[in-house]
Amino acid sequence: MTDQGIILSGLDGDRTWRLADYVKRGGYDALKKIIAEKIPADQIIGEVKKSALRGRGGAGFPTGLKWSFMPRAFPGAKYLACNSDEGEPGTFKDRDILRYNPHTVIEGMIIAGYAMGCERGYNYIHGEIFEVYDRFEEALQEAREAGLLGRNILGSDFCFDLFAHHGYGAYICGEETALLESIEGKKGQPRFKPPFPASFGLYGKPTTINNTETFASIPFIIREGGDAFLALGKPNNGGTKLFSVSGHVNKPGNYEIPLGTPFSTLLEMAGGMRGGRKLKAVIPGGSSAPVLTGAAMMDCTMDYDSISKAGSMLGSGAVIVMDESTCMVKALERLSYFYFEESCGQCTPCREGTGWLYRVVHRIESGLGRPDDLDLLNSVTANIMGRTICALGDAASMPVQSFIKHFGDEFAFHIEHKKCLVPKEVQYEGSKIYVA
Amino acid sequence: MLEIEIDGKQLQVPDGSTVMEAANQVGAYVPHFCYHKKLSIAANCRMCLVQVEKAPKPLPACATPVTNGMKVWTHSEQAVKAQKGVMEFLLINHPLDCPICDQGGECQLQDLSVGYGAGQSRYQEEKRVVANKDLGPLVSTDMTRCINCTRCVRFTSEIAGLMELGQAFRGEHAEIMTFVEKTVDTELSGNIIDLCPVGALTSKPFRFDARAWEMSRRKSVSPHDSLGSNLIVQVKHDTVKRVLPLENEAINECWLSDKDRFSYEALTAGERLAKPMVKQGGQWLETDWSTALEYVVNGLRSIQADHGKDSVGALVSPHSTLEEMYLVQSLMRGIGSDNVDFRLRQVDFSNDGKMAGAPWLGMPIAETGTLDRLLVVGSFFRKDHPLLAQRVRQGIKKGLKLSAINSAFDDWQMPVANTLCVAPSGMAAALLAVLKALVEVTGKDAGPAFTDALQGVSASSEARAIAESLASGRRAAVWLGNAAVQHGAAATLHAISQEIAQLAGARFGVIGEAANSVGGYIAGAIPFGSEGHGKNAVQMLTQGLKGYVLFNLEAELDTAFGNQAAEMIGKAEMVALCTPFKSAKALEYADVLLPIAPFTETAGVFVNTEGRAQSFHPVVKALGDSRPGWKVLRVIGEMLGVQGFDFDKVEEVRKRVLDADGLVADVRLDNTVRIDSVAVEKGKGGIERVSDVSIYAADALVRRAPALQATKDAEQPKARMSAATLGRLGIQSGSSVRVGGVVVLDALEDKGVADNCVRIAGGHALTASLGALFGEISVERV
Repeated sequence: MTDQGIILSGLDGDRTWRLADYVKRGGYDALKKIIAEKIPADQIIGEVKKSALRGRGGAGFPTGLKWSFMPRAFPGAKYLACNSDEGEPGTFKDRDILRYNPHTVIEGMIIAGYAMGCERGYNYIHGEIFEVYDRFEEALQEAREAGLLGRNILGSDFCFDLFAHHGYGAYICGEETALLESIEGKKGQPRFKPPFPASFGLYGKPTTINNTETFASIPFIIREGGDAFLALGKPNNGGTKLFSVSGHVNKPGNYEIPLGTPFSTLLEMAGGMRGGRKLKAVIPGGSSAPVLTGAAMMDCTMDYDSISKAGSMLGSGAVIVMDESTCMVKALERLSYFYFEESCGQCTPCREGTGWLYRVVHRIESGLGRPDDLDLLNSVTANIMGRTICALGDAASMPVQSFIKHFGDEFAFHIEHKKCLVPKEVQYEGSKIYVA
Repeated sequence: MLEIEIDGKQLQVPDGSTVMEAANQVGAYVPHFCYHKKLSIAANCRMCLVQVEKAPKPLPACATPVTNGMKVWTHSEQAVKAQKGVMEFLLINHPLDCPICDQGGECQLQDLSVGYGAGQSRYQEEKRVVANKDLGPLVSTDMTRCINCTRCVRFTSEIAGLMELGQAFRGEHAEIMTFVEKTVDTELSGNIIDLCPVGALTSKPFRFDARAWEMSRRKSVSPHDSLGSNLIVQVKHDTVKRVLPLENEAINECWLSDKDRFSYEALTAGERLAKPMVKQGGQWLETDWSTALEYVVNGLRSIQADHGKDSVGALVSPHSTLEEMYLVQSLMRGIGSDNVDFRLRQVDFSNDGKMAGAPWLGMPIAETGTLDRLLVVGSFFRKDHPLLAQRVRQGIKKGLKLSAINSAFDDWQMPVANTLCVAPSGMAAALLAVLKALVEVTGKDAGPAFTDALQGVSASSEARAIAESLASGRRAAVWLGNAAVQHGAAATLHAISQEIAQLAGARFGVIGEAANSVGGYIAGAIPFGSEGHGKNAVQMLTQGLKGYVLFNLEAELDTAFGNQAAEMIGKAEMVALCTPFKSAKALEYADVLLPIAPFTETAGVFVNTEGRAQSFHPVVKALGDSRPGWKVLRVIGEMLGVQGFDFDKVEEVRKRVLDADGLVADVRLDNTVRIDSVAVEKGKGGIERVSDVSIYAADALVRRAPALQATKDAEQPKARMSAATLGRLGIQSGSSVRVGGVVVLDALEDKGVADNCVRIAGGHALTASLGALFGEISVERV
């Protein structure tokens, strides 16, 4: 962790997640300002638009625009949901936000509720992080006791209550409509869109869903202004962002840096390559983002536009670093297995296709590849992409396509020679795991 | 209206239409599996992907709403590529063994794979295998074939009302299954066989019996409930192999109840009577038709000569055809007796002669969907009328508020806004309370006939809720169910309900017990009419006649008095039973058995509850020596010298009953009864019997269908009582009780039964000796 950001700054010390500490860091000032000055909802949404805050969950959709989709004069309940079902392999930022700075998410959600006229919010927390869930519940209790949640917040006539909802550990529940189904008590399966959640969301009511980190950025935007947030990053890529750096670096962890920071700087912050080995490949935005070669990555800055131009996605900001001891076939096999196991099974291409992809990659890795397997993989991924209800099909396909595109020779070698291009000893040297 | 162009064809569609609906309108076929017009949109099979202008990727036609000016190509290169891609995925884990699959030849996946599948599979890995599930005696599973379209899941939750199936597990491990250790018990379960686009769900009774292309498809009409569902009967080698729905949006839509679908098994049951039989010296002998008919004719002649013309009578089942009913009554009247009736389970006939016409639903079936308020009086609605209940269930989703008054309730699998559960003896009083509340709510006066009866009546809160609900509707209806018709004070219930409808501005209807309940009145198979007034069913069954002609019924199960009726009949000098079936009981009380053809082997008309006369032809040859009922009756009529029995075709008989267009004249359908006063009798305070005729006991066919008899609905009758009643009697739920002093049943706690009542199903051999369906009955510990 570093202190150069807006979400993770000032968190050194003991039990800094308490309400009192958060208030000391300027917490709830934004909310108090809104209540005291009776700032109109439009102005808040305008400020968020101005900040160029983009969704931190992976899709990077402009948050202000999303908020403006919520129908204004809707009679009846509207809902707010926070997506803390962080299941993307490589991503571990939201749990740290909830663990060390839960009140910033709570404040962000209260402000969002105020701006969109929602009186009820849910925070859907990943099923396998128990202590984080407990901590968030405690933070909620603190906020309720302080009159920051519930009826007539801070003496105004604005009411908003927030509930934590513990998921069950399905990756698909991180898809926003599957998340809504799950909150409703149903099997977590994505809904077909349209209708979009902004018109037909939780319990059929207008609903806005944002990522934990997105909400956590809101208090700063309101407190310091959208321009100040924008200025932290670069145009169209406002603010700072958390990057979960994992893989073959010396200091894996969460790093909050301004968008637009060169990748080389982030790599340096993470202590550089483990054992001083050569950088081979980077998945810049979570396991479903296309992989980039190390060389291409070193030319990128860490923001939505730069990574997109290089042919991948900033995604959730999970940077998976791989050095030269990595067998890319083995790496893809592991990723494909994940999507095979996590497909919800609702729609055909993903249900049937993810298993097919995994089995073929597994076969190649096991030395049973066939000459036309790479064409087959490319064809199957093309048949999955864009044909499914949600993005999981695309997420399962993009790693396959990009691994073959950038590291096709390793796959071809595997198929031809029934063994890895990267010698076993090198792999062992890197991972200290014996490779059969 | 929205403009859309599909495959170059311009058309306008209503707002909210989907691309699939628009494509259907121009006749552009979009391949699909999960889409079904009667079910919610799932968009999970992805087979219906089409190209849409400006869309970056193909979109599912079933779920994509039409926008103004949209351009769609259903068979463009992009669309077909996507469709073929999906087809490949559907096939990779599907066993490609069509020759040994029961669905082969009528399989949507097989058909579409011809157009969209590859000649050879690129999938070389291991295929998925899924364990089969036990869904009960009607639906067979082969779950490895399942393509997870979830049509069956959506059917159970949306149409049948209870989610009995679901998709468990994730991804490739996803499986359709029931809840743990449960089967699919809905009375509409067979429809999931039709809905399943592959061979995962097939018919258990029909399993591996015949191929789709080997059978001919013949139209028919269901002989069971009063809806008159349209059927396709599939026939091979002159045997009925299975029954499917014939889509008729006005009646059964695209559904069938299990009763309609699986009762065909009885047609080939071992008890079919194939030759005429005569009892001589206590011995039953098979004989030829002329001997048997002569026996009947001579018997009737000599009894009439000895005991007078009205010493003979006829009872005809309401599951008989219009022509049969007409001929039975013509025959009786032709030989000078007005003793004829088809209302076999009815006991109160005091409205006879006061009715303006034949009781009917009072509205077209299809208009059920437009109702906003409905009161159902005295009905085991869901089991008695499965598909009508289904329509009401869909209506409720659109805002229909349902109220119900009965003596026992089971779960109708739909939200019932107001219920009033009272003992049979309290039904009339409960209806009066609703009427009273309506007077208060509407400010209108009830008719003078009710002035005395309403004296001192105070409306309970439940009655008031029902009244307020009815009065607040704009398109309301009040329907009388079977239990109201079979009730001891049926005439009073009818009169009060009629007044309730009148005051609420609601339409008034009688749902009807059987396929031809309306037809029985139209055919005149009733003891009253323009001329004399004969004995009704109760009088014939309790006072005893010297000679009976029984047509298509089993006296011990199809009448209100069970075994007592059979005993009374058995005392007659001659009993001629025209029946498709031979039963041990019939051999006791009958003297002659004349084998007549069931509905699949004869031609005729059923008039359903909305007054629609539906004709059908025989689909197979009559079994053995059995003959269509109308032919048998014609010969008897001719032999007895009755006028008007010299016709050759069944259509000639039909013409005498229906108007020139083959329809029931509107004026003959009328639920109105004219009454001067209403007297409400109170119960004496004893335990009262409440009877439902359980769904698979209602007629001779369903009682002989083995698969239906293996379902949960065909379980042995139990003595169902509320906890309070059980407590007062000191009976434990599950223990044995003796009811009516003669029958031992298991007691069962049932919170749906009115206090001080015991619900015991009728129409069952076990309970036949209890006699009357309603009335006081003793219940004691064994």
